[in-house]
Amino acid sequence: MSFLAAENMTGGYGAADILHDCTLRVEKGQIAVIVGPNGAGKSTAMKAVFGMLKLRGGHVRLDGEDITQLSPQDRVAKGMGFVPQVNNVFPSMSVEENLEMGAFIRKDDFKATMEQVYDLFPILRDKRRQAAGELSGGQRQQVAVGRALMTQPKLLMLDEPTAGVSPIVMDELFDRIIEVARTGISILMVEQNARQALEIADQGYVLVQGANRYTDTGKALMADPEVRRTFLGG
Amino acid sequence: MDFLNAIVALLNFVIIPAAAYGAQLALGALGATLVYGVLRFSNFALGDTMAFGTAITILGTWWLQSHGVSFGILPTALLALPFGIAVTAALALATDRVVYRYYRQVRAKPVIVVIASMGVMFVMSGITRFVIGVEEIRFVDGTKFVIEANSFKQATGLAEGLALRSTQLLTMVTAALVVAALFWFLNSTRTGKSMRAYSDNEDLALLSGINPERVVAITWIIASALAVIAGTLYGLDKAYKAFNYFSLLLPIFAAAVVGGLGNPLGAIAGGFLVAFSEVGVTYAWKKVAGYVMPEGLAPDGLLQILSTDYKFSVSFAILILVLLFKPTGIFKGKAV
Ligand SMILES: Nc1ncnc2c1ncn2[C@@H]1O[C@H](COP(=O)(O)OP(=O)(O)OP(=O)(O)O)[C@@H](O)[C@H]1O
Ligand SMILES: [Mg+2]
Repeated sequence: MSFLAAENMTGGYGAADILHDCTLRVEKGQIAVIVGPNGAGKSTAMKAVFGMLKLRGGHVRLDGEDITQLSPQDRVAKGMGFVPQVNNVFPSMSVEENLEMGAFIRKDDFKATMEQVYDLFPILRDKRRQAAGELSGGQRQQVAVGRALMTQPKLLMLDEPTAGVSPIVMDELFDRIIEVARTGISILMVEQNARQALEIADQGYVLVQGANRYTDTGKALMADPEVRRTFLGG
Repeated sequence: MDFLNAIVALLNFVIIPAAAYGAQLALGALGATLVYGVLRFSNFALGDTMAFGTAITILGTWWLQSHGVSFGILPTALLALPFGIAVTAALALATDRVVYRYYRQVRAKPVIVVIASMGVMFVMSGITRFVIGVEEIRFVDGTKFVIEANSFKQATGLAEGLALRSTQLLTMVTAALVVAALFWFLNSTRTGKSMRAYSDNEDLALLSGINPERVVAITWIIASALAVIAGTLYGLDKAYKAFNYFSLLLPIFAAAVVGGLGNPLGAIAGGFLVAFSEVGVTYAWKKVAGYVMPEGLAPDGLLQILSTDYKFSVSFAILILVLLFKPTGIFKGKAV
């Protein structure tokens, strides 16, 4: 039984379906990566898993429990954390306040978690009094990931965490994400940088027009000549 | 000596009145800007909310006075203020329930909600007139002056008198306390921060488990408190007349827009900017000029740019200039 099992998801924003029988699974402590062309429905699939989209078919199970009917807020309480593709920080609030808001639903002391986030992203410690909107793209993504980690999620969902950052910062972020996965947190991630992402992926999904086109381990997808030719540029 | 007289005249006729008026506008603009930041529309009912709240405060004041209660040297109205705030907040929450909540649920465009708020404005202004009438009401009591013009002249030997009315001092002190409390709330409490977060990024606030209905309710309560405090201070300083509060809408929104809608610090700066412009443009500078200009060069005219009848055109001009050249305001609010 996978830790996250989002199976046969069908649905969209209005009358037309965007997702068609889409299935995504993540094992405990592993990294699953979704790749695919622009407009394939990757973000839509993430929203569906997080409950921001009404599904016409399929179900979502977390750790064996059916959460298909839960609101996003309730899913956060169940141990899911989500970093959206855009608008993923509170721009006028300081880095520290962003992290505090991430921990909003927690009733216990979250200082230790904040320290862990600062240890993971040391630059955030230096910038903790600065408004998140004034940071560079890479730093802002770190704030966004840090905010989602504040609830101590068991499943962390990242929609293009490396969008708009330099290759060096991208490698840096991927290293941090591997580090997070090593602590036992499962990761479901959408990535535009398909090669680098599949390299660190335990499981890879190629999504096309809202449906699963290829599903295999990251290594196998990288080795598949068909996938290489059509999606990885040779 | 002439120079001192000029300074005293300036203080007496421009700086003190404009500072008190600016403090009143700043409080009103804070209410407007908070509602805009959280609920994302310009609340046209704000002026009439001030009128309603002040009317209730006046009723409370009369009731207290009829029971022989007074606040010593301070106006009795201050004691009735919590009552006025409570009733007004209840009305605002009820209005949200029956009017605004629906538009939130259907995610209506801001312009639609603005029009709805005009409807609310008409209803509120009707209720207010029904409750207290249309006449001018003076409800200030307690000590009248902190510094009195004649005794100032005698004490200093200057030709110009300086008067500082208690209501002017009270306005400035109260505004300072209220603003300090508001900023502490917004920057240091969990609830205050969740309000800012919601104003910053509504969707992410939802994902973080912040309850929007709670944020909205608290915003209405705070905005009502600000409106009633501003309205009562204005009424104490000048006089109460329901229609005057409707007219305050223009300078208040000019202040909020100049400062940058949604930005509390900007609302305060905007309040003073509008107040000083209005008083500065409508004041007859002849007297001050007479003191500082060399003998014989003193001007014949009043040196008044605009008659006070046109004072609202100052806010209007400011509003238009800002919207044309810097729509986000001086302090970077949300674009309008
Ligand atoms: N809020 C929305 N309302 C209606 N349609 C939407 C909405 N968001 C996305 N879509 C549509 O759904 C389809 C899939 O979009 P989605 O954002 O999921 O793609 P994506 O794979 O994440 O693309 P990208 O790589 O550019 O991020 C597109 O056709 C898009 O136009
Ligand atoms: Mg996307």
